[in-house]
Amino acid sequence: MTFDPNIPPGPLPEKWQNWLDAHRLVGPRNRAGKNVIVIGTGLAGSSCAASLGAQGFKVKSFCFQDSPRRAHSIAAQGGINAAKDYANEGDSIHRLFYDTIKGGDFRSREANVWRLAQLSANIIDQAVAQGVPFNREYSGALATRSFGGVLVQRTFYTRGQTGQQLLLGAYSALEHQVRAGNVQVFNRHEMQDVVIVDGEARGVIVRNLITGEIERHAADAVVLASGGYTNVYYLSTNAMGSNVTATWRAHKRGAYFANPCYTQIHPTCIPQTGEYQSKLTLMSESLRNDGRIWVPRKSGDDRPPAEIPEAERYYYLEERYPAFGNLAPRDIASRAAKVVCDDGLGVGGTGRGVFLDFRDAIAQQGKESIERKYGNLFEMYTRITGDDPYETPMMIYPAPHYAMGGLWVDYELQTTIPGLFAIGEANFSDHGANRLGASALMQCLADGYFISPHTVTSHLAKNHDEISTSDSAFDQVEADVRSHIQSLIDVGGSTSAQAFHREMGHVMLDKCGMSRTAEGLDEALEEVRRIKGDFWDDLRVDPGDEEFNQSLEYANRVSDFFELAELMIHDARRREESCGGHFREEHQTEDGEALRDDEHFAKTTAWEYRGDDPVPHDEELTFEEVQLATRSYK
Amino acid sequence: MNFTLEIWRQFDGNDESDQGRFETFKVTDINPDASFLEMLDQLNERLSHEKKRTIAFDSDCREGICGACSLVIDGTPHGPQQVTSCQTYMRDFIDGQTIKVEPFRANSFPVIRDLTVDRGALDRVIQAGGYISTTTGPQPEPNSMPVSPEIQEKAMDAAICIGCGACVAACPNGAAMLFTGAKVSHLNLLPQGQPERESRVIGMVEQMDQEGFGGCTNYGECSRVCPQEISIDVIGMLNREYRKAKTKKKSKPETAMTTQ
Repeated sequence: MTFDPNIPPGPLPEKWQNWLDAHRLVGPRNRAGKNVIVIGTGLAGSSCAASLGAQGFKVKSFCFQDSPRRAHSIAAQGGINAAKDYANEGDSIHRLFYDTIKGGDFRSREANVWRLAQLSANIIDQAVAQGVPFNREYSGALATRSFGGVLVQRTFYTRGQTGQQLLLGAYSALEHQVRAGNVQVFNRHEMQDVVIVDGEARGVIVRNLITGEIERHAADAVVLASGGYTNVYYLSTNAMGSNVTATWRAHKRGAYFANPCYTQIHPTCIPQTGEYQSKLTLMSESLRNDGRIWVPRKSGDDRPPAEIPEAERYYYLEERYPAFGNLAPRDIASRAAKVVCDDGLGVGGTGRGVFLDFRDAIAQQGKESIERKYGNLFEMYTRITGDDPYETPMMIYPAPHYAMGGLWVDYELQTTIPGLFAIGEANFSDHGANRLGASALMQCLADGYFISPHTVTSHLAKNHDEISTSDSAFDQVEADVRSHIQSLIDVGGSTSAQAFHREMGHVMLDKCGMSRTAEGLDEALEEVRRIKGDFWDDLRVDPGDEEFNQSLEYANRVSDFFELAELMIHDARRREESCGGHFREEHQTEDGEALRDDEHFAKTTAWEYRGDDPVPHDEELTFEEVQLATRSYK
Repeated sequence: MNFTLEIWRQFDGNDESDQGRFETFKVTDINPDASFLEMLDQLNERLSHEKKRTIAFDSDCREGICGACSLVIDGTPHGPQQVTSCQTYMRDFIDGQTIKVEPFRANSFPVIRDLTVDRGALDRVIQAGGYISTTTGPQPEPNSMPVSPEIQEKAMDAAICIGCGACVAACPNGAAMLFTGAKVSHLNLLPQGQPERESRVIGMVEQMDQEGFGGCTNYGECSRVCPQEISIDVIGMLNREYRKAKTKKKSKPETAMTTQ
């Protein structure tokens, strides 16, 4: 195990070039003899697999969906940041770097974030070359717009479907390499475990989801691009299948898991309507440009919103954060909504909702103008809720959206297991304690196109012994995988995994969500353990492991969410400060803002797996370029 | 709300002795704001409780963008509203109604189990040319190749295809021409797509034929069920591009496949 961030020497702007100049290469004639496994086909996984394939390495790419194009990156709406300064505002790498560090509440690694900002412009160039149809100005030049938390227009977009178009670009590059014979895609295959030989990652065990067969695949390096874990909350904006299994199983084999308590709860989602709801739908943050957020000042005021006079409306973001108002960053806007709902001012059937009102914007700009900007979002809202936002305010409520935490990686995006890399949302990397809008797509593609292809190559350049899937290490891991699957079937109870998942998610959202206390976290740990016990007592999955069995797939994922939930609670309990998405009620300023403790917690916590007693390791964060400051949006 | 569901059950689509059948279920006390898939989730929870085999169906994002869900509801791919199955809500139906639920049906989409099908053929059509053969590395400055907003809009109108395959399931011929036409239109409209314009369309059309998709005879069902409302014009463009490429004769469909 190594636990050293391995940051290259030199001033920040030169570190990445210094690393590139020094790293080991593999000659073109030797590349076909090197095998890489990439888990996941979202933005990070597809772009990494395609880039390594194009260099001539042999890549196996795995996804649990029926096609690589369905990975959840597809759902990102708003845009992707890049420091190109097309709008001539004096934007720069430094400004994008600083905004990202500040947005993350000074809990990310400077060297990584600088590199991210440096590579941002290349991503746009790459995507355009692939035919991604970014919005254009009348001149034919690329269009940009502004996004939450920043003061420049550096966000590139393709209508409200930026994630979809960028993913289709990466997917087309992937399929191009499939045709060229360099990449093999295994769809409907889910990673179950990583195989370690002589301390290095040398393969994976996967389950063929159609036949149920357990397969062995060997390689010289393994890259995890399996996404984030906010489905631990049950209801989230993630896809139904999004899960933590690949990263969690790697964690159990020795990869440290960093900052699991940093999760982002997105402020503008459609509130829950019923107990059987399966997911929450995000409404783009861009709506906050023109919508005003409010609740009635009087608890239990059930008049139709239009009949509530101005004086009886509480525009809480505008009152509390006059400078940024309705455009306050995500963590702040979400917490404020929770506070007013906790105070009994919430609206809608469940009391967990606030109004997002376009009445004034329509009056000032005209209905047509609002329709041009948000027409498709309004339509989507009407489709889901049956209400017309032109006539009555939208109702919104925060929902779990993104995981800043993930597998700990060094500067080369390598985990504590040599040869095992983690990229995209699967790693903890660049967003600190809170991610800014339009930054996730940027990070996934920087990792996948421009960083991991080089750092993985550097690992491949070392001499590796031939590895065969008949190695005894594969026997052992396969036996563990089979026994776990059998144990799920053997419970033989009468309750679906979904019911347990829902119950746990409720506890996590309530006690380890937008706001946390020591007492609540202690209770949550007990409750999660109890529900986990019930799960292993009364779970029912369809019989038959060697066949297509969706109830088994789901239960298998939920079993890992239970274990992750415990680690999140430990992490949230240990971090005695508030920062970004992690808000501890004990640590707040007089007016209720997050209170960091830089003296004790300017560090990343990377957890080592030890069953019920995980061991924390700290990576100190050193800041050369920025000065730690209170993050104010007032 | 209460409904009677007639749901297609087929244990193993690969097993020729298993030809499948409808099974009837009653569901009660359904929230009108539940989505169609949430209604099926609820039924599955009950089946688990009764220790009966749950119903297999595909879904992932549940917000209409990933293209995984693939139900034929009362004879129409995705149901009555021209949105994805996951965006179909129970309030779109009449209380007490009987609803028939089937998988997407097409020769090129074999059933895996119950309501799930294999749509790998669509990936293979993309592999045959649905890309621009660039690889990762330094690229030209995008603004050195301007694209008018009209062209960008038109390309985007085609690029928004989610690859669900409803067009194939709706087509009496089982054609994939709306899907293929959308990708050809997206890439062939843009300046970046010009060098491979001919090899792309020829490669993709030939792959479509190999996969057993039918041809277009202008029923227009594809466009009518498309949740992204992709216009049938893309099929016109596909036909024109194909004819032009074929008559030019100098096209080399292999180039796209061998470039690295």
